[in-house]
Amino acid sequence: MRLPRDRRVLVGISILGFFTFVAIFAPFLTPYGPHQVSGPPYSSPSFQHWMGTDELGEDIMSQVIFGARISLTVGFSVALAATLIGSLVGLVSGFYRGAVDEALMRLTDVVLILPSLPLAVILAAYLGPSVQTIIEVLTVTGWPLVARVVRSQTLSLRERPFVDAERVIGAGNARIMFRVIIPNLLSLIAANAVLAITAAVVGEAGLDFIGLGNPSVVSWGTMLYWSQNLNAILRGAWWWMLAPGLCIALVGLGAVLISIGIENIFNPRLRGR
Amino acid sequence: MTVPASPAISSIGGRKMAENDTPLLELRDLTVKFVSGRGLLSKQVVNAVDGVSISVKKGEALGLVGQSGSGKTTLARAVVKLVKPQSGFVLFKGKNIFDQRGDEAKAYRRQVQMIFQDPYESLNPRATVEKAIEEPLVIHRLAGDSSARQERTLNLVRLVGLNPEAVSKKHPHELSGGERQRTSIARALAVSPELLLADEPVSMLDVSIRIGIIDLLKELKRKLDLTVVFITHDLGVARYFCDRIAVMYKGKLIEVAATEDLLRHPSDPYTKQLLESVPDPARSAREKSSTIQKS
Amino acid sequence: MALLEVRGLCIDYKLQNRYLRAVDNVAFQIDEGEVLGLAGESGSGKSTIAHSILKILPRSARVSGSILIDGTEVVKMDDREARAYRWKVVSLVPQGSMNAFDPVITIGSQIVESIRIHRNVDKADAWRRTRELFSLVGIPEGRAKGYPHEFSGGMKQRAAIAMALSLNPKLVILDEPTTALDVVIQRQVLGLLARLRRELGISFLFVTHDLSVLSEIATKVAVMYAGRLAEISNSETLFASPRHPYSRALIHAIPTLSGDLSLVRSIPGVPANILNLPPGCKFHPRCPYVFDRCRKEEPQLLHMDDGSSIACHLFDRREKNGGE
Repeated sequence: MRLPRDRRVLVGISILGFFTFVAIFAPFLTPYGPHQVSGPPYSSPSFQHWMGTDELGEDIMSQVIFGARISLTVGFSVALAATLIGSLVGLVSGFYRGAVDEALMRLTDVVLILPSLPLAVILAAYLGPSVQTIIEVLTVTGWPLVARVVRSQTLSLRERPFVDAERVIGAGNARIMFRVIIPNLLSLIAANAVLAITAAVVGEAGLDFIGLGNPSVVSWGTMLYWSQNLNAILRGAWWWMLAPGLCIALVGLGAVLISIGIENIFNPRLRGR
Repeated sequence: MTVPASPAISSIGGRKMAENDTPLLELRDLTVKFVSGRGLLSKQVVNAVDGVSISVKKGEALGLVGQSGSGKTTLARAVVKLVKPQSGFVLFKGKNIFDQRGDEAKAYRRQVQMIFQDPYESLNPRATVEKAIEEPLVIHRLAGDSSARQERTLNLVRLVGLNPEAVSKKHPHELSGGERQRTSIARALAVSPELLLADEPVSMLDVSIRIGIIDLLKELKRKLDLTVVFITHDLGVARYFCDRIAVMYKGKLIEVAATEDLLRHPSDPYTKQLLESVPDPARSAREKSSTIQKS
Repeated sequence: MALLEVRGLCIDYKLQNRYLRAVDNVAFQIDEGEVLGLAGESGSGKSTIAHSILKILPRSARVSGSILIDGTEVVKMDDREARAYRWKVVSLVPQGSMNAFDPVITIGSQIVESIRIHRNVDKADAWRRTRELFSLVGIPEGRAKGYPHEFSGGMKQRAAIAMALSLNPKLVILDEPTTALDVVIQRQVLGLLARLRRELGISFLFVTHDLSVLSEIATKVAVMYAGRLAEISNSETLFASPRHPYSRALIHAIPTLSGDLSLVRSIPGVPANILNLPPGCKFHPRCPYVFDRCRKEEPQLLHMDDGSSIACHLFDRREKNGGE
């Protein structure tokens, strides 16, 4: 793996890096806590409050900064978990075929077919509103797509002559899977993982927005929830919706830009373009 | 092209045992079927290999010649156990290869190797030349520890006419077609096989370098005491390399004979038709006037 | 006047931000009723030349020089003129065309469509012409409503040839037409081409890497290397006594069925890579007769007394007469 030189990838990494930094060093970046009443309610952006305040007088920028922690935690965890589970299922399914493939694909189909929002609602109701729930729900609805994509690529890889060649020189299934199939799947898996970040961050916002998350936790999604419920825009406090919305969009963009460049990082043939 | 001699690679003792009458490889009535279905209604079963019986003597260069669809590649794949036959036998040194279990099956992979047609697709895009050639040594735990393996790999790279400094760390996409094919040959020879199958090894290479690769195979066959089954659709190439030629058509073995005998006195009408169809610059100069009247 | 006359043809491809010369200063001609074989290995530029004659190179490609068909200059044509000219005077059987048929449309319909794209005729006339073409290339007329998967490889190739003949062109360019075919079918297709040439007086430009096929069908052969012409001779001369070191080496690199196998020899080195060409003669790193001038100066195409052309310093009269 070589470091990417593509400008788009660097922009993407910078964006995600920036938000990660913000999330980690949150307490040092703002004088206010997220739940600290520090000014008059609904005040517009000013020198003391760069993004204004909410209905209680809490600083919105602090909420954005601390909210990054939740949103990014959810984003990265879901991306990791869904990709891991999906890739495992797809790989085993595509490589072994036969009964194993049939069984795993039926399972995948079932989860795919279930409408994700109602499923999310049911699961959230069952598990109780919390960040943990959101992570679990998004992972469950997210892995099947990865599984399908990885399975497809695995099926095609296993037909290629170099896999035949491995068998002829005496490699067993394990060796073929780990030394040949997986390395050739890496770019696909990595690209999927990064795109999953986008889906997860947006998904988190969406689930919070409809009230399935824990409203007392500060995240970009719950900020949207509260600002919507309290009709922030009607009151002229557009900054309350804009700030978290913009952050979500930027993180999504950053992830997409990285995924564009991933093929270049992993594929030895494309390097140097 | 000179190929450096390397004691590490030459015939390992045990192979020069008493010559007996058992052919190295024997196919008895081998049949391999494929199902080809177009739509739900017509599923056809095709005999890719149809009742083929042939023996390969130790040390010979047997050509397996046929056009596409003749079954020659499928036959080769059966010999290296990439496909299973529906009926018939493949006997290596008298033993049925599809009966092998465990150690015997693994040992077979050291005795029989194959070179594939597509120089790019037969190498793992993620592996360097070094890693690709070393792989069989690792799998079969040959050549001892890591440094001994490295040295053996180095020798193999030189054996196939490549310059280790230039290519060892390269990936397939950085190599020319000829270099890739040489890498595949080195990989196949790493286990010191007795029988080598070469499936159209030069068809996808530029014309000017084909003979170079075939000459390499000739030299390696001689040096390492190999038996080679050379599969090709090109009769000229078969003539250049092979002692005996077997002609296949639609899964069946049509005719087998010593090279010059087959080319000069073919007995089967298909063989005759095949030979007449091959463009031959020397002959066509003579026939130029009459060709225009034929068609 | 020659049917096709190419002079000083240079073609550059755009690669990222620079231009790469794929064809350099090529000149040849095809007379009526002739079959010119354009031979070369991968990267020699032969397909590029074929495409430039029909003006189907990518838009970013730069073409300079002259291509005259029946006296009309092709290089300077604009899109409208090119569309009017394509298929009617010169047509193409592209590489892999036998596999390029749309699998869900009958072959007959595809030929009808190609006729009607180039000429304003009604469907009935187009179908009539299509059936005519089928019989011309030796496919039973009843197969016109058949789908590609119902045709054998040889029949599909005949259909591709039929499509190229639909508007009675004077010159048909064929790019590797027999490469994917069974050798027996190949013989039949070559026979078809010979018959078409005899009966209809069509000229052919036959592009291929397989020199032995050209020995059967070509009247004249042009051998290319790294985008340049090495030798143009008539067929008998080329195969009996090839003069350019590359054409000679290439012919000797092909094992034949009846020739002397001890003469078969590989060409050392690697085929030229147009991304990284040596100075001087492009073949010099692999040439057994290389001398100093070859490394510095590119040889020009020299015209010999017998009508052939060779681009090699060995044949430069000045060289023969002891240098300048």
